Amino acid sequence: MVVNLRLKTYVFWVLIVLFSSSGNIFLSEGMKQIGAVRVRSAMDLISLLLGIFSNGWIWMGIAALLLFLGCFMVALSWADYSFISPASASAYIVVPLVGHFLLGEKVPPSHWAGILIIGVGVGLVRHTAPSTTRKE
Amino acid sequence: MTLRTALFLAITVLANNGGEIAVTRAMKDIGEIKDFKLAALLTVFKRAFRSGWMGLAIGLLAVGFFSLLALLSWADVSFVIPATASTYVVGGLGAKFLLGERLSPARWPGIVLVSVGVALVCAG
Repeated sequence: MVVNLRLKTYVFWVLIVLFSSSGNIFLSEGMKQIGAVRVRSAMDLISLLLGIFSNGWIWMGIAALLLFLGCFMVALSWADYSFISPASASAYIVVPLVGHFLLGEKVPPSHWAGILIIGVGVGLVRHTAPSTTRKE
Repeated sequence: MTLRTALFLAITVLANNGGEIAVTRAMKDIGEIKDFKLAALLTVFKRAFRSGWMGLAIGLLAVGFFSLLALLSWADVSFVIPATASTYVVGGLGAKFLLGERLSPARWPGIVLVSVGVALVCAG
């Protein structure tokens, strides 16, 4: 099956954004449940690791980030790192929106402006050729 | 932003960037994936994970992952995640000088705008 380069790049781009956003949100929820990290002894470290790896949010975060890594690897087999990496910055727009509207986190106006500019930057990158090193 | 947050942010960005550049080297060695059946993809992943570049990538991404976990335990996700977007500026330079990608005049402004957005987020 021959799939158009731009089409398959955009499909994997959406998957990358989806899995990286959800992974980071799940990890955030898990670590907020565990609390601030303070390691002063080996027992503290063991207790921390047990807390991390017995938390369902952390495992969901790990699963989402593994799927993100798989999609990222597939896309990088043909596309530029300098295309895929900034294009996936759309996740940095999705996460604060979810943090604000679903998790109740406060997002200051300057953060909103920054998020908007990141969005414009991502839009510019999206209009460049996905690959500059591809051999036809 | 506290010194502890700045330090963990720098570790997260540099380790993730180095890891992703190493992943790119591993995948470029394998070549363009054209068969998206699960069995074919699993074969590709098996080949990729045998690569030395992938070993280096896993090490660096693990450092970035645990650094991010620590950060998220005390800082808001709506600050941490946009702030780590500075990885794109470092990534652009890494792509040009380590991976030999030709960054067009149209791609650089996009990366610079992402960087300006990050500066605004951090200044807030």
